[in-house]
Amino acid sequence: MIKLDDTDLLIMRATQAGLPLTPQPYQHIAEQLGLTTEVVMSRMTAMQAQGIIRRIGAIPNHYKLGYQFNGMTVWNVPDENIDELGQKVGQLDFVSHCYHRPRHLPDWPYNLFAMVHGKTQADVDSQIQQISDLLGHANRACEVLYSTKILKKTGFRSRS
Amino acid sequence: MDNIDRQIINSLQAGFPICDKPYQAIAEPLGLSEHQLISRLQALLDNGTLTRFGPLYHAELMGGALTLAAVTAPEDRFAEITDLINAFPEVAHNYARQHTLNMWFVIATETPEQIQQTLTAIEQKTGLRVYNMPKINEYFVGLKLEA
Repeated sequence: MIKLDDTDLLIMRATQAGLPLTPQPYQHIAEQLGLTTEVVMSRMTAMQAQGIIRRIGAIPNHYKLGYQFNGMTVWNVPDENIDELGQKVGQLDFVSHCYHRPRHLPDWPYNLFAMVHGKTQADVDSQIQQISDLLGHANRACEVLYSTKILKKTGFRSRS
Repeated sequence: MDNIDRQIINSLQAGFPICDKPYQAIAEPLGLSEHQLISRLQALLDNGTLTRFGPLYHAELMGGALTLAAVTAPEDRFAEITDLINAFPEVAHNYARQHTLNMWFVIATETPEQIQQTLTAIEQKTGLRVYNMPKINEYFVGLKLEA
């Protein structure tokens, strides 16, 4: 765990809901917080280098971009080679997230999760087939859970 | 959404610079003025094409915690369960999915202990079993959708 100081936390809290849409957004944040623009930029650069800021960018709504078919594919693969398989699946260019998660036997036998996104059912079917081909015999069972509705979507916000 | 909007979205999914005039830096290669970029970005946020724009913080590296959890919400209680779960500020995302486990949500808290507290509180409020599926390992996170 990386320890942030009070200045980092101030900047994080001021920006986690979004960056100001003004020509000089970092200066705007600095003025709000009583800091210099140089401090805000250097702290944010450092946080990005440490991975605390994964990236600065835009998060689209899949549906609005025409990606109507958003599937959480879940696979039951042997635990002993899940890391190797997960790396391979994660490298497929249509997989947006890939994780090892725990099973809940007997209801939930799946331990490898990969999110796929397509504009048509055929796109997603072909993506699922590619994952299945890649896993081969390691794939003991799978399911695809399509999202039917976004019920809530917010940024991760600190409450203090 | 036109081609320029698509180019803006594709460009901004790749990253945004930390410099004095970052909008100008992004606008120039797209053949836009700084003002045009900002107003289009504002419109894309206002109409929901973009859900957010800014730094994406890594919760766990800051001592925070995340988990994915799921419940089976009976169809006749689906709206009620949605409201109960969404009312928790710790619930960052919530999706309806086609499965027996038909509601999947991400919980984000400042400490790992608060994850279990939130899961317990959701079980008590809803009367449903909550399946906790924290990540054991992460192989890839990097959402990029061609607009």
